Amino acid sequence: MNSIIDLVYLVPLFPLIGFLINGLGRNYLSKSLSGIIGSTVILASFIVSVLIFNETRAEAFTATTVNLFEFINVAGLNIPFAFQVDQLSALFLLVITGVGFLIHLYSTSYMHEEASHHFARYFAYLNLFVFSMLLLVLGANYLIMFIGWEGVGLCSYLLIGYWFKNTEYGNAARKAFVMNRIGDLGFLLGLFFIIQQFGSLTYSEVFPQAAGMFKGDSILVVITLLLFVGATGKSAQIPLYTWLPDAMAGPTPVSALIHAATMVTAGIYMIARSNILYTLAPATQVVVAVVGLATAILAATIAIKQNDIKKVLAYSTVSQLGYMFLGLGVGAYTGAVFHVMTHAFFKALLFLGAGSVIHAMHHEQDIRKMGGLAKKLPITRWTFWVGCIAIAGIPPFSGFFSKDEILVHAFAANPVFYIIGLAGALMTAFYMFRLYAMTFKGTFRGTHEQEHHLHESPWQMTVPLIILAFLAVVAGFVGIPELFAADAHKLEHYLAPVFKASTDAVEAHHLEHKTEYILLAVSLTLIASAIIFALKRFSKNPETGELEGFGKVLANKWYVDELYHNIITKPLNSLGVFFNRFVEKSGIDGLVNGVGKGVQWSGRQLRLLQSGQVGSYVLWMVIGILLLFVITIKFL
Amino acid sequence: MPINYYIYLAVALFSIGVAGVLTRRNAIIIFMCVELMLNAVNLLLVAFSKMHAQTALAANPSAITGVEAQLFVFFIMVVAAAEVSVGLAIIVMMYRNIHSVDVNFLNRLKH
Repeated sequence: MNSIIDLVYLVPLFPLIGFLINGLGRNYLSKSLSGIIGSTVILASFIVSVLIFNETRAEAFTATTVNLFEFINVAGLNIPFAFQVDQLSALFLLVITGVGFLIHLYSTSYMHEEASHHFARYFAYLNLFVFSMLLLVLGANYLIMFIGWEGVGLCSYLLIGYWFKNTEYGNAARKAFVMNRIGDLGFLLGLFFIIQQFGSLTYSEVFPQAAGMFKGDSILVVITLLLFVGATGKSAQIPLYTWLPDAMAGPTPVSALIHAATMVTAGIYMIARSNILYTLAPATQVVVAVVGLATAILAATIAIKQNDIKKVLAYSTVSQLGYMFLGLGVGAYTGAVFHVMTHAFFKALLFLGAGSVIHAMHHEQDIRKMGGLAKKLPITRWTFWVGCIAIAGIPPFSGFFSKDEILVHAFAANPVFYIIGLAGALMTAFYMFRLYAMTFKGTFRGTHEQEHHLHESPWQMTVPLIILAFLAVVAGFVGIPELFAADAHKLEHYLAPVFKASTDAVEAHHLEHKTEYILLAVSLTLIASAIIFALKRFSKNPETGELEGFGKVLANKWYVDELYHNIITKPLNSLGVFFNRFVEKSGIDGLVNGVGKGVQWSGRQLRLLQSGQVGSYVLWMVIGILLLFVITIKFL
Repeated sequence: MPINYYIYLAVALFSIGVAGVLTRRNAIIIFMCVELMLNAVNLLLVAFSKMHAQTALAANPSAITGVEAQLFVFFIMVVAAAEVSVGLAIIVMMYRNIHSVDVNFLNRLKH
C-alpha cells in the first residue's frame, strides 16, 4: 500500500488538534500563539494534501479506501468510519487546505483588534470549520459526509454569529442555521432512501449498484431530488439562498472561507460525488439545471443594485454557485468542479480584497462612501482587479475557462440555457466592474478622518492576496478546452475515473468547432462591452442617490426576504401564538392541572378510611381476607 | 366420627372469634377472641392430621404419618404463648397510660 495515502487521516486530524488547543486554551494563549497554531495546523494539512495529490496523479492510481474503525454495525447495515482518497477528494483537499491556509494567515492580521480569548475562539472555530469540511470531502460513505455536512453548518452558525453581542448578527447566524436545517432534512431523507434501496451508504457499494439500474428509475429521481434539497440549503440555491448574503454578518475572512473554500461547495461536491445517480435521473438533472440557472440570474440582478461591498460579493457567489449547478444539471461534472476550483481562488481573493478595503476604511462597507482608493491601496487594487477580470470571464484568466466550459455544455444541452446563462455572465461582468469602479476609481467620498487613515494592509494580508491573484490568473490553464489545444484539458483527464460511470452512461455530444468559436466571440464581445460600460458609467458619476422604480426592487432583493417573512415566518408565529394561547393554556395545562386536582381529591376521600379506630382497621382486614377468599375460589 | 363435625365446630369457633374481635371494645376480650381463632385452626389441623393418618395406614400399615400437623399445633401453641405474654404486657402499659382497656380510645395512630 502507498504509505502517504494511509496517512490521509492526518489531513483532518491537524485542524482538529488546532481546534482543541485553541478552543480549550483560549484564556491562556497569547494572540500571536493562537494565530500561529491555527495557521500552522492548516499548513500541515496542506502539505499532506499536496503529497496525497501527487500520489493520485499517477496513471495507475485507483480510488483507495482507508478504513479507520468500525462505526455502525447493526442489523446488516455496516457503516465503517472510512476515508476515500480519489481524484475528486484529493482536488478538494488541495483547495480547502490551500485557500484555507491563506485565509487563516490573513485572519491573523485582520482580526488583530479582537481580545485575545475571542481571537483564540475565532481560530478554534475556523479550524473546526476546516476539519468539518475535510471530513465531508474525505468520507467514504454518505454518513461521514453527513457528519461533515452538519459540522460546517454548525461552524457557519458559530462564525456568522461571532460578534454575538450584536442581535442582528445573531439573527443572521440563526437564519443560516435554520435554512441549513431545512436542507439537511432533505439530505437525511435521501440517505434513508439510499439505505432502503441499496442497503448501504458506502460509495463503492452504492454507485456500482446504481449504475446497473434503469435510467429514469423513479426511486433514483426521489433520492436525487432529496439530496438536491440538501444541496440547495448548503450551497445557497433557490429557495434557500437568503442566508448566504446575510452571512456577511461574520468577519470578512469567514465570508471568504464560507464562500470560497468550504461550506457552499459542499452541495456541488455531493452532487459531483453522486454523479452516477444524477446521470441516471434525467428529470432531476433538469430541475438542478433550471434551479441553478434561475438562481444565477436572480442573484446577478440583485447584485447590480447592492451598495454593501460584501453583499455584492455574496450575491455574486450565489450567482456563481448557480452556474455550478447549471453545469451539474447538464452533466458537465468536470466543468462544475473546475468552476468550484477557480471560483475558490478568485472569490477568496475578492473577499480578502474587500476585507483589506474594509480594514483600511475602518469598517466602512458602503461603496457609496468609498472611491478613489486605487492610489492608496495599490496591492489591494491590482489584486482586486485580477479577481474582477477572472470572475467576469476574460481569457486567459481562470474564470473564463471554467465558465466557458459550463456554458458550452449548457448550449449543447439546450440553447435557451446558454442564452440565459450568458445574460447572467453579462450581469456578472457589469456588477463586478461597477463595484470596482465605485471602490477604486473616481474621487474619495468618505469622511476626512477616514481619508487620513487610509493605508495599505500589512504583509499577512497582502501576501495571501498576491498568491490568490496569481492562482486566479493561472488556475484556468489546467482546463484548456479542446478548441484551443487538443488533449490539453488536464483536469478532465485527471478527474475522468471519478466520472467514468456517468460518461459511459450518456452519449457525449460535441459541438462543432465553428459553433464554439461563434459562441466564444459573441460572449466575449458582450462581456467586454459590459465591463467598459460599467467602468465608464460608475468611475465618473457613481450612483449615490436614492433608487426608484425597478432599481429599488432590485436593491431590496426582489423583496424575497419580506415574502418569506410574510408567507412563512408570520403564519408560523401566529400559529405559535395560537398554540400557546389555546392548546397550551386550556388543553395541556388543563390536562396537567386536572391530573393533579384529581389526585388531590381522591386523596382527600381516601384519607377518611384512616380513622384511627383499631376496630375499623380490623374490619377492613377481614373484608380484604374475605375478598381474597372469593377471588381464590372463583378465579384460581 | 366424620370430619365434617370437626369442620363445623372449627368454623363456628373461628366465626365467634372474628365477631368478637370486630364488635368488642375491651382489649382483653379481643385478645381472647384472637386466641379462640387460633385454637379453631389448631383443632382443624389435628382433625385433618388424624384423617390423613387413617387413610395412609389403611393403605400401608407400616407407614409413619400423621404427626407433622400435630407438630404444627405445638408450634402454634408456643408462638401463641409468646404472643400472649407480649400482648398482655402491651395491655398493661395501655392501662397505665390511659386508665382504660377500651380500644376506641387508642386512636392516636391517626395523627
